[in-house]
Amino acid sequence: MDAAITVENLTRQFGSLTAVDAISFTVEGGELFALLGPNGAGKTTILNMLITLLPPTSGTARVAGFDIVREKDAVRRHIGIVFQEPALDKDLTGKENLDFHAMMYGIPRAERARRIAGVLELVELTEKRDVLVQNYSGGMKRRLEIARGLIHHPSVLFLDEPTLGLDAQTRRRIWEYIRRMNREEGVSIILTTHYMEEADYLAGRVAIIDRGRIVAMGTPPELKDILGGDVITLGLEGDAGGFVRLLAGIPWVKGAREHDGEVSVTVEMGERRVPDLVALGLAHGVPVRSVLLRKPSLEDVFLHFTGRTIREREVSANESRKELITRRMLR
Amino acid sequence: MIDGIAIYVLWLREMTRFLRAKSRVIGTLAMPLFFMAFLGFGFSRAQLPNLPPGVDYIRFLVPGIVGMTLLFSSTFSGISVLWDREFGFLKEIMVAPVSRVSIVLGRIAGGATTSLIQGVAILLLSIPLGFGVPGVAAVLLAALVMILISVIFIGLGLVFASNMRDIHGFNMITNFVVFPIFLLSGALFPVGNLPAPVQAFAWIDPLTYGVDALRAALLGTSTFPLPVDLALLLLSSFIMVSLAAFFFERCQC
Repeated sequence: MDAAITVENLTRQFGSLTAVDAISFTVEGGELFALLGPNGAGKTTILNMLITLLPPTSGTARVAGFDIVREKDAVRRHIGIVFQEPALDKDLTGKENLDFHAMMYGIPRAERARRIAGVLELVELTEKRDVLVQNYSGGMKRRLEIARGLIHHPSVLFLDEPTLGLDAQTRRRIWEYIRRMNREEGVSIILTTHYMEEADYLAGRVAIIDRGRIVAMGTPPELKDILGGDVITLGLEGDAGGFVRLLAGIPWVKGAREHDGEVSVTVEMGERRVPDLVALGLAHGVPVRSVLLRKPSLEDVFLHFTGRTIREREVSANESRKELITRRMLR
Repeated sequence: MIDGIAIYVLWLREMTRFLRAKSRVIGTLAMPLFFMAFLGFGFSRAQLPNLPPGVDYIRFLVPGIVGMTLLFSSTFSGISVLWDREFGFLKEIMVAPVSRVSIVLGRIAGGATTSLIQGVAILLLSIPLGFGVPGVAAVLLAALVMILISVIFIGLGLVFASNMRDIHGFNMITNFVVFPIFLLSGALFPVGNLPAPVQAFAWIDPLTYGVDALRAALLGTSTFPLPVDLALLLLSSFIMVSLAAFFFERCQC
């Protein structure tokens, strides 16, 4: 199958800020691909360029075989989009929203009725089809948008933070729909998320994005293997920085870094190394208060490549954004 | 380039919303109706210079109020793109495989129809107040003028919407653009009563010719010959639609 998306050196600048910095990647046909990263990393900017809403500053991309700048209409005809914020007409019913969408894509009447019934069935909104969208819950709106994104049988479906702000139960259901669409309809899916468990659970391949660049890309197991072992997080009393430097000199420690006032240590067969670490802390005057042993998650991968957790990165991104706004106001 | 189906879909959406929002429609008709009733009765015995001979104030006023109704509903219909942007729906339209020009034309088709319905409603409501509607041909001619007025001001609304970031500037536009256009147009009193320097502004106000054309159609009397009014309205429509398409195409909304 041909590539669903090919991106080459795609760059977008806003004034002096480089939101997306020369990224390149390929999404194969039928693949479920995730862009994982903190808010403000540039995921939505990448998406907006791929769906033809935002012209790139430089670089090229092809979606469903068409150039995103020179063949906008062809790209638009072949993609479906579920936006981060609902893009529904609240004064219309669910069915009317779907109907108008299908008409826009030139689907004839009989076919329209058949497909609408089908997608409503898929997202379990058949009974609510004649209710005004303003009376839908957040989860129902998202499901309706997913249904709408599928009506015109796109070859590539874009999902921007598909479960943002949804409760755990609804998130699970949305995940199931996404998987089912990918498997049964064979549609290539690219989604952005800052929930690592979402990327881990759904995606065949993940690109980890930080500050407009791809810092790592691969299947979730491949990415976790990069860390080379389990992660032990230690809560310490005393000089954590000194302890990290000490650990760096120990042969069985694959990596150690300090974050959030704790120390994460990567080792093989972590459960056997916990006593050693506790003893080491005691011997060097930094008693261990707490121990957490985990098999590595994508969060750890993010930490490994950027030196910070996704949450820390989001806080600092917010700070710099606030700074920018303040500076603008002072001008 | 121009996609008939897309225009039809956007028109249909506008109609569906309009028919559903009955309370909002009644609300938008209330203001012109109050203007018509209170000014009509309040000034019925006032001596107003420059009124056409044989035309009393209420008959002079009704075409003006129809023009006002169209001005407000059309401008707001154009600006309502901002609400679509605010609520996200605009993105859905912008990623559809249709040209930007079709989106603008669809918007205008929908807005012009709802404005026309409101203009005709005001005209009908004026009958109990003592306005004699001259006949079907006159009303059809008036309807043509109403459509032209609507197209001009939906275009104006779209130009504003395309150049605004959010809905915060909305009141500014109402106060500093829409009301001056209304007050200058001669809707409430003959333009000739304004001081000469102010009159100059009235002559560059498209609504002046719209109201004058409505008076020509409904009262049989006007400042300018009807063909002149119509020609100027057509020209203004063409300019406004072109500007709206240009700015809408340019804005990354």
